[in-house]
Amino acid sequence: MAVKKFITGNFYDEEVLFPAVKKARRAGYRIHEVFTPFPIHGLDKAMGLRDTSLHTAGFIYGITGTATAVGFITWALTVDWAINFGGKPFFSLPAWIPITFELTVLFASVGMVLTFCYLCQLAPFVKKDHFNPRSTDDTFVMALETTDKTNEEEVIAFLNNIGAKEVSVEYRETGWWLGRYDKDRKVFHKD
Amino acid sequence: MGLLRYESQVRPPLVEGDKDYHQVTEDICRPVEAAPSRLWWVGFLISVGLLIFGIVSVTMEVIYGTGQWNLNKTIGWGWDITNFVWWVGIGHAGTLISAILLLFRQGWRTGVNRAAEAMTIFAVMCAGQFPIWHMGRVWDAFFVLPYPNSRGPLWVNFNSPLLWDVFAISTYFTVSLLFWYSGLLPDLATLRDRAKLKWRKMFYGVAAFGWTGSTKHWQRHEALSLVLAGLSTPLVLSVHTIVSFDFATSVVPGWHTTIFPPYFVAGAIFSGFAMVQTLLVVTRKVLALEEYITLEHIEVMNKVIVLTGSIVGIAYLTELFMAWYSAVEFEQFAFFENRLNLNSPYGWSYWIMMGCNVLSPQIFWSKKMRRNLVLTFFMSILINIGMWFERFVIIVTSVYRDYLPAAWSTYYAPTIWEVGFYMGTFGLFFTCYFLFSKFFPVIALAEIKHILKKNGANYKAKMTEIENEPLEEFVQKHGHDHGA
Repeated sequence: MAVKKFITGNFYDEEVLFPAVKKARRAGYRIHEVFTPFPIHGLDKAMGLRDTSLHTAGFIYGITGTATAVGFITWALTVDWAINFGGKPFFSLPAWIPITFELTVLFASVGMVLTFCYLCQLAPFVKKDHFNPRSTDDTFVMALETTDKTNEEEVIAFLNNIGAKEVSVEYRETGWWLGRYDKDRKVFHKD
Repeated sequence: MGLLRYESQVRPPLVEGDKDYHQVTEDICRPVEAAPSRLWWVGFLISVGLLIFGIVSVTMEVIYGTGQWNLNKTIGWGWDITNFVWWVGIGHAGTLISAILLLFRQGWRTGVNRAAEAMTIFAVMCAGQFPIWHMGRVWDAFFVLPYPNSRGPLWVNFNSPLLWDVFAISTYFTVSLLFWYSGLLPDLATLRDRAKLKWRKMFYGVAAFGWTGSTKHWQRHEALSLVLAGLSTPLVLSVHTIVSFDFATSVVPGWHTTIFPPYFVAGAIFSGFAMVQTLLVVTRKVLALEEYITLEHIEVMNKVIVLTGSIVGIAYLTELFMAWYSAVEFEQFAFFENRLNLNSPYGWSYWIMMGCNVLSPQIFWSKKMRRNLVLTFFMSILINIGMWFERFVIIVTSVYRDYLPAAWSTYYAPTIWEVGFYMGTFGLFFTCYFLFSKFFPVIALAEIKHILKKNGANYKAKMTEIENEPLEEFVQKHGHDHGA
């Protein structure tokens, strides 16, 4: 399997990381990924990542839940086996609101979590690479991609220059476990 | 020190002590990584003992039927449904803290949300036991689900509040579990990456789902949390509303009131917060997490308790007024004879409820009392006793003497198996909580780190210095040019 070389810069402060990400992109480096121990608002924008459409997926799942509930109950209580409950109309929509609401929420939540796990490729027994185990503790890791033409010393010097406390060269077998966001990445515009 | 995030310096810090990110990880992971203490074992074994008592009680009920309980033809719900409503109510605080307070951007939720959510899930698990075993022929419990069956198919009655309950409770449980676990993933990954022992690496490796903390994952995770919070907010309100419909849609005097949904929801938050206090006052002490679950957190929750307790109090008074104003003699009998009259068979339970739920929390108007841990712990127990009696009053005093005097009955006392079942759910609840506090971080690690620079004591101190600088100096030092 192909082996790919990454150069990682480890930062200890998100306030150093933020401008560093911008500088790296401005200098034309391809950022493979930035690993952080907690969510940093705006970092996705700084990296030029597209917004997630998980919300839209959630909305679609929710609507599916609503339609399922209303459709199924209508069919069951008016068409399939209409039962007279205390002389009330067969099509008694107000009484179905609670279940319709619950199914909307259920479908939206379960659907979104499954979609989230699918998109992020998360599941039990999955092992993925994030270069530095301390990136889930207190270190912010920026991994830069390299090509044959990359001058290693230059990249290391650059990372040191923009505030990385430790820089290391890492070799990884290519594969899905590295995650790929090429499609997600927008071209950097100098603003 | 940049000005990335800012919060008013008037607010007290939410993380005390001089902490950095690594220190936060160390502090919160320590109880998980250390060997369980003797105290933990004692608590755990007592809980397991109670759980076994509960299992025996339920087995008796399954073998001999609900006749093992002291229910009768008039009082069909007794302790069992009282316990159900009580546990469901307790199960409301967690999602309220994690969802509603997330939407309201309340920073203090981060210290307590993980434990509160776990508590919610365990409480709902306990609650679910009661209606299930109350069915009697529990092997037919799946009849409540709308599945294609050989009886027609004869569908369940979608117009019935009891079926709404099935959907509400199961949805609530599922969504709370997903919300809780998706929030746990990053913290489990932290434990995985710190693990030294082989079984820990395995266990947390499997449990963390391969979380890496990449920016794209965080972006989706944030979106997921926000939408789940948005969905859970009306869900929390709907669940106890639907539980209250079990009563409110009937024509039993004392139950047939439109005030039930808001009154039940307020009561649920009230008792849920009380249970959170019971657990956290002990947890923070035993696990030495006082710097994360600070007195500030305890005080804020006591404020919620005095607010919701007073809402509940107003609801009680409104009910009394409406009973009088309705001019319906059955309603008036239910309220003024069955409840208010201390000399009636169950008058005492109404006054316990009033004392514990309405009068006692008023002590929390005083700041000194809100910050008193011993009192907080005592009050949290008292409130949950009161809230148990609220459900008991609603259920028993409404049905034991309703329309037809010939059918009146007095519900003397629960049998040992009825009490055993209730104790058994305590066993289940605390067994789960002990396991949770041993194997999972009780505080949301990533979320604490997220607010550390805004709400941490040391960062706040630095900010105060900066803020006191003269304007020109301030602009020179910290002004920036937006990357031009």
